[in-house]
Amino acid sequence: MANTQAMCTSFKGELLNAYHNFSATNPARTVNTTDTFKAALYLASATVNATTTAYTATGEVTGTNYTAGGVNVPTWNAPTTSGTTGFTTPTATITYTNVTLSTAFDCVLIYNSSQGNRSVSVHTFGSQTVTAGTFSLTMPTNDATNALIRIA
Amino acid sequence: MALIMTTKGEMDDSLLERREGSHENDNEIVSWVEYWLEGELVHRSAHVQLKKNVFAEGISAMLG
Repeated sequence: MANTQAMCTSFKGELLNAYHNFSATNPARTVNTTDTFKAALYLASATVNATTTAYTATGEVTGTNYTAGGVNVPTWNAPTTSGTTGFTTPTATITYTNVTLSTAFDCVLIYNSSQGNRSVSVHTFGSQTVTAGTFSLTMPTNDATNALIRIA
Repeated sequence: MALIMTTKGEMDDSLLERREGSHENDNEIVSWVEYWLEGELVHRSAHVQLKKNVFAEGISAMLG
């Protein structure tokens, strides 16, 4: 099987039910607390795609210093709009430090650990391994064309 | 001279063979660095810069 880059379909519906809060400034909520989002890595042999509704340990990488569930995503740029597009992107690089991941992986699942581990999006890249090293994911520019998550 | 974390603990980089590379495609820019000790891979780090995003299109409402 293979991983496929996508915005998770369940996430689109959950947006309409206000499950996900990417910003500490949210006048629609009585408590302005940003949800905690996490980033889990998946093996190239896994099947993570638009139909993934929540974090799963199935197909996730394992290895030295890698904790199941992955790492916290840094804070998000406050969601905003430009033209007809709404968008947001994490403010900083996602980093897995001093890990050994010997089996090839090619995918990261972003999910909301504050809301039942509901999935947000799947991002793929060329297969990698890491040996006693660091794996880092740098985010695209946060604008209407390149932001990590866009809705139009 | 720098210390590199390896499968054998921290080692002076002067004792290791360094290999590095990068590639770019429509989806990402990848760079990696490896350190080898006598033919054995003892360190590999990789950095991926994502270029593509995920996009939800056509969310609309119809009234009437």
